[in-house]
Amino acid sequence: MTRPPTFLRFDLRRVSALVVKESVQIVRDPSTFLIAFVLPLILLFIFGYGVSLDASRIRIGLVLEDDSAPALSLAQAYQNSDYFDVDMARSVAVVRDRMVAGDLRAMVVIPSDFGAAVQRGERPVIQIITDGSQPNTANFAAGYAEGVRANWAAAENLESGRAQAPPISLATRYWFNPELKSRYFLVPGSIAIVMTMIGTLLTSLVVAREWERGTMEALMATPVSMAEFIASKIVPYFVLGLGSMALCTVLGITVFGVPFRGSILALLAISSAFLLPALGLGLFISAATKNQFVASQIALLTGFLPAFLLSGFLFEISSMPWPIQMLTYIVPARYLIPPLQTVFVAGDIWSLFLPNIVIMLGFGVAFFALSFRATRRSLD
Amino acid sequence: MADHVAQARDIVKRFGDGKPSLDGASITIVPGEITGLVGPDGSGKTTLIRILAGLMKADAGEVDVFGGQPGEFLDDLGYMPQRFGLYEDLSVIQNLRLYAELRGLPKDEQAAVFDQLLDFTDLKRFGDRLAGNLSGGMKQKLGLACALVKTPRLLLLDEPSVGVDPISRRELWSMVKELTGEGIGVLWSTAYLDEAESCDTVFLLGEGELLFSGKPGELTGGVRERVFRISDFEERRRRLLTRLLDRDDIIDGTIQGRAVRVLMAPFSPRPTLDALGLASSVEIDPAAPRFEDGFIEILGGGPQGTSALAERYRQVPPGDRPAIEARGLTKKFGDFTAAHDITFEVPAGRIFGLLGPNGAGKSTTFKMLCGLLTPTEGDGAVVGHDLRSAASDARAALGYMAQKFSLYGDLSVRQNLDFFAGAYGLNRTSARSAIDNVVDIFELGDRLSVNAGTLPLGFKQRLALACAVMHQPPVLFLDEPTSGVDPVMRREFWVHINGLVERGVTVLVTTHFMEEAEYCDEITLIYRAEQIATGSPDDLKAKAADLADLDDPTMEDAFIALIQASERVEQDELRSAA
Repeated sequence: MTRPPTFLRFDLRRVSALVVKESVQIVRDPSTFLIAFVLPLILLFIFGYGVSLDASRIRIGLVLEDDSAPALSLAQAYQNSDYFDVDMARSVAVVRDRMVAGDLRAMVVIPSDFGAAVQRGERPVIQIITDGSQPNTANFAAGYAEGVRANWAAAENLESGRAQAPPISLATRYWFNPELKSRYFLVPGSIAIVMTMIGTLLTSLVVAREWERGTMEALMATPVSMAEFIASKIVPYFVLGLGSMALCTVLGITVFGVPFRGSILALLAISSAFLLPALGLGLFISAATKNQFVASQIALLTGFLPAFLLSGFLFEISSMPWPIQMLTYIVPARYLIPPLQTVFVAGDIWSLFLPNIVIMLGFGVAFFALSFRATRRSLD
Repeated sequence: MADHVAQARDIVKRFGDGKPSLDGASITIVPGEITGLVGPDGSGKTTLIRILAGLMKADAGEVDVFGGQPGEFLDDLGYMPQRFGLYEDLSVIQNLRLYAELRGLPKDEQAAVFDQLLDFTDLKRFGDRLAGNLSGGMKQKLGLACALVKTPRLLLLDEPSVGVDPISRRELWSMVKELTGEGIGVLWSTAYLDEAESCDTVFLLGEGELLFSGKPGELTGGVRERVFRISDFEERRRRLLTRLLDRDDIIDGTIQGRAVRVLMAPFSPRPTLDALGLASSVEIDPAAPRFEDGFIEILGGGPQGTSALAERYRQVPPGDRPAIEARGLTKKFGDFTAAHDITFEVPAGRIFGLLGPNGAGKSTTFKMLCGLLTPTEGDGAVVGHDLRSAASDARAALGYMAQKFSLYGDLSVRQNLDFFAGAYGLNRTSARSAIDNVVDIFELGDRLSVNAGTLPLGFKQRLALACAVMHQPPVLFLDEPTSGVDPVMRREFWVHINGLVERGVTVLVTTHFMEEAEYCDEITLIYRAEQIATGSPDDLKAKAADLADLDDPTMEDAFIALIQASERVEQDELRSAA
């Protein structure tokens, strides 16, 4: 009697029995539900409302040491600016303390000789001090504060005391995200995070759980092959990952007003291509560790954190030091973020999607090969 | 066509360095028989079963299952691993269906097979219950049912009876016995030696080596006419046992209620009252030999009777109150009552046993008395320290040894001793002398720098006892102290405990192990959170003899009879209430 090698046996009936089992477990396990549907909600709300990388309305102090008409008009210009919440003060001392306390992010000092300087036709001097402990905000504050002054000066025709048209006029346009709203790219980014959580973390946990509870041992004493076992883990979590992605997408579009300019087909193709390496990594981790605690730690370190920090989701890859930039090339999420952002805010650009999809599938194949090697049908 | 369904010869299996887990073990399983694979924990039973199931590869030796390689014909194999392999978040019927599909049972046959199996295992009422919410005994039966969905030719059961109540244990045995009638070859592994006696053929493993193979009667036959029961003596039974075990012509002895049972050395004359220094009123009767007697003889006999530990222990002064008191202890976890109205007193210098299956409420009661759980109702005291107001004083007065030896596996023996000396509040000088003392008594000197986790089981047990008694507590709490160890180690342990008790130490022991119960002065039976009977082992046996009309019942018979009686009372109450 000859039989195919145990490893490669593949029987749809056994696979579907296992898939049914897995699905019942998913439905019954509250933590799965939490990761797949509650976590995306929390992430979306944090990224949508809580974390914003735009500096809209910075709190600043305005020290007005001069009562002349030009000084008052400049102060007015600051108060009318969309970028600042202005607290007025008469002396630097008050504002300085509040800046130290972190209440204010910057201060603008209009000195006592400001009006006199304008009268004399000189270039009046103002002082802008920012809180360098938050460099990003400090940059915004300094830039905007200078911008307000420049606009005011132009309006008052003060530069050199004569009417002036700038020799070159700069008209800036931001394509795809004209208002530079960070939520536009944070929402696609959180889809990446959620799919990593489901693909890598959840999958690694459920396989490790089978080892820990001794059910793996019982399964291995049945005719189930490892190919069947792995297939039965992929199918439900692949579907779960896509479901969770769909939830994020719908919420992103309806609640957060993120545009969706691409096609659903493209979104599906990109997400599916990413879920393969994510699932493959999860399976590999659990096969190698066989322990839920270790698996979750490794999944966090190799799946979740890189997807968060090294994928270009929160931090621009091009502004990282080069060794770190090199490192990002082995993070599958790096190839997911650009097409995902594109499909939302720009549209279907297959010339961008295809290379990324191919690379992600490549990672997927590599991880699956590794996990097939690591999942041996044996307790040794 | 071979007459066996599976055979393994001269198997060697090594994990890491050191002694192999299996060192030349062999086994043959024939159809229509229960083959017992017997041995203490760590003797290699599970490894051998996994090799037969094709889950591990042997380093050397020949294995043949159904005439092929193990793992080749999985359709005909039923395997129940130690933890039953059930999915706890699936219902009973979903578990059955999963295994039926995996083993390729045709869909149209499933309904009939499930019906039959649920009938067979008496689980019909629980078809929709989640496997995780079943009792230990029911899980075990479901595990068996899952292994049987497609009638196998070979059924491998890895310690199917560990930790379940004796009633479920007997039911399971008779179910499996029934299967052998259909020609299935069954391998039943166990650490319980009384189960070995009922097997058709036994393979006895010790530290990976085959110590005996054959009919159980061949082993017990070797000790026939050398086993005696000594009863009706005036002397304190523990003192008598100590004295007898110190003799060269007695290689083993145990306490059996008010009697003492001894195994004579080979070729020694039949013991007389004179030779043993006993009064003329004492009776010496021949007793039926047991499998355990044969095992002890293979292992070279039990230990001497005098405990070096007890000799160096302080004399514990008797107090004016009972050493341990429990008054109406009740513990509820939400709606679930884990222990209900547990009441007993243990006078100083006695051994008191909490007997019951896993999950009955023994450990809950135990933990309340240690001050680890706060009782929902009731109170208690240890050496006069109230559990509610002085729990830490109560804890300081006791030594605690837990089931699976609460040692730190990755600390060395020396570090464990240092840690526990510190934890029990010994100062530097007394810690040093206490540690030197136990190292000497338990012969740990060669192993001080070895990690506790890698010690052989017997040494783990010694170390755990050493850690619990270094501060010479007046009370010892033992949680299933000797389950799974070989009988010689168990004897050695009880020699120490008996000696300590003679020094005035009070012992509270939980066990589901009937033999440990025999050492107790008094036992309380706990079943489904209720205390169903309390008394000396002889009292309980007498009561059970009345209830079930048994002649000379064992402790296990007594246990079963008392549980069945309490269930009858419960049903009568329900009926009269209705």
